Amino acid sequence: MRDTLISGSYLIASVLFILGLRSLTRPDKARRGMQQAAVGMLFAVAGTLLNHTIVDYRWIAAGLVLGVIIGYPMGMWVPMTAMPQRIALSLTFSALAAALVGVAEFYTEITAGGIPTHFKMGALGFEVMLGMITVGGTLVAAGKLQEWITSKPVTYKGQNFVNAAFFLGIISLLVYTVIDPTQQWAFYTMVGASFLFGIMLVIPIGGADMPVVVALLNSYSGLASCATGFALGNVILIISGSLDGASGFILSVLMSKAMNRSFTNVLFGAFGGETAAISGKSSAGLTVRSIGAEDAAIQLAYAQLVIVIPGYGMAVAQAQHAVRELAEMIEKRGGEVKFAVHPVAGRMPGHMNVLLAEANVPYDKLYDMDEVNGEFDRADVALVIGANDVVNPAARNDTTSPIYGMPILNADHAKSVIVLKRGMSAGFAGIENELFYDKRTSMLFGDAKSSLTALIGEIKNV
Amino acid sequence: MELLELYVFVLAAFVGYMVISRVPPLLHTPLMAATNAISGISLVGSLIAAGSARNSVATILGFVAVVCATSNIIGGFLITDRMLRMFKSGSSGKGAAAVEKSGTH
Repeated sequence: MRDTLISGSYLIASVLFILGLRSLTRPDKARRGMQQAAVGMLFAVAGTLLNHTIVDYRWIAAGLVLGVIIGYPMGMWVPMTAMPQRIALSLTFSALAAALVGVAEFYTEITAGGIPTHFKMGALGFEVMLGMITVGGTLVAAGKLQEWITSKPVTYKGQNFVNAAFFLGIISLLVYTVIDPTQQWAFYTMVGASFLFGIMLVIPIGGADMPVVVALLNSYSGLASCATGFALGNVILIISGSLDGASGFILSVLMSKAMNRSFTNVLFGAFGGETAAISGKSSAGLTVRSIGAEDAAIQLAYAQLVIVIPGYGMAVAQAQHAVRELAEMIEKRGGEVKFAVHPVAGRMPGHMNVLLAEANVPYDKLYDMDEVNGEFDRADVALVIGANDVVNPAARNDTTSPIYGMPILNADHAKSVIVLKRGMSAGFAGIENELFYDKRTSMLFGDAKSSLTALIGEIKNV
Repeated sequence: MELLELYVFVLAAFVGYMVISRVPPLLHTPLMAATNAISGISLVGSLIAAGSARNSVATILGFVAVVCATSNIIGGFLITDRMLRMFKSGSSGKGAAAVEKSGTH
């Protein structure tokens, strides 16, 4: 009877999780769907508490209370601009939970004098290995995104070789523990080595590549959950883990595609490090046309279609509210405003969409690259705010450029381009952007937020 | 039993792939937050480790795992909801914004 109740609660939870994720295909249904998924979680937890192996509820109660105390501020008070590091940190938590459960399970079996089967030992090994790699990796990713650690790639000679050797060592330990689980030192060495390997894996990757890394680590932590499910013989862990793993996998593939780079290139290429030195064209002999807020405001005020291209610079300057205000001013004057969001704009998948939604930009004005790219030809102004590489025409026509082949937004097809930028420093990839030297482009230098405030003031006077 | 688990794994991964590949880029950040919340399901394993009273090492590791997983569940579902609440369509945008200001907090 009890077992039926437990299985039933897991079944309900699985169905609600899948329906919740499915609801995310539609922004107007998503909220309700995810609330149902939360109810599913409640079922799963309640069902587990019925488990007859649980005899002592004191530590559980304490853990639940402490978890709520930590989780509430992480959910309610973290600002949207800090989302990428917040997501990375929660991946640390979920992977750590999986790894600790694995270690506890191993310790219990061994000290009780039992020898785990090869299957169970394999599952435990994978669980702990993937879990600890994710813990190390996501901690570094979160540190880089928060800029506690330099967001530049940290590289040294022979790094890939060292990492490969290290990984082979971990795999050997894993195989060894599966063959002979009584060799406890091998298991615990693997735990520590996996953690170190996670750090070494992410350290050489630059800030702009974090979307791929975080998505990939998301799929690792999902797989770690799956392995927990195999080790404990628990179906709901397997189901949720594979949903998680699939999501991370899909996102990392999408992100790599949007940068026209392979997984291996992202992980082992250390983009923005040495590659920057051999970047394509130089800016020698080219001149940039600088513009004042007044002239830019006139262009925007009389435009029929303005396409705004937000980038990481907008997030850094916290300019999303000013962008929305400017868009409303243009619309009030009869112009149309669309937002063109490149898949890798920002530091995580969908980063720009969330920031603009927070600033009350309706989601039907946010367009994906494929939807909007045809529209630039009839746009009067393309307004580039803190974006660089995603509008660099070199990706289309300069085969020597490191970003050659990456799909870009066709800002250069617009009748005129206004670029809001701090100064003439190159983009993250360290590549010159010929769009900035185009004769139809004017540069409005300064902090994005103050430039936008100036534009808003000027438009009122037009 | 082990074969059955593999069965479940393959089918669930398949369903996950089908469902998630249809999520538009617009909602990719909420998707990541949502899968984070769902990954808090590792609480299931943590609860068993923390409550089975087998030995103190397992109990303490389980306790830490319960804290981690619970904070993911609570934080994850709350932040997903907070984000999804912000996505408004143009037609109902103003009304929804007004409701928010008048104090759903």
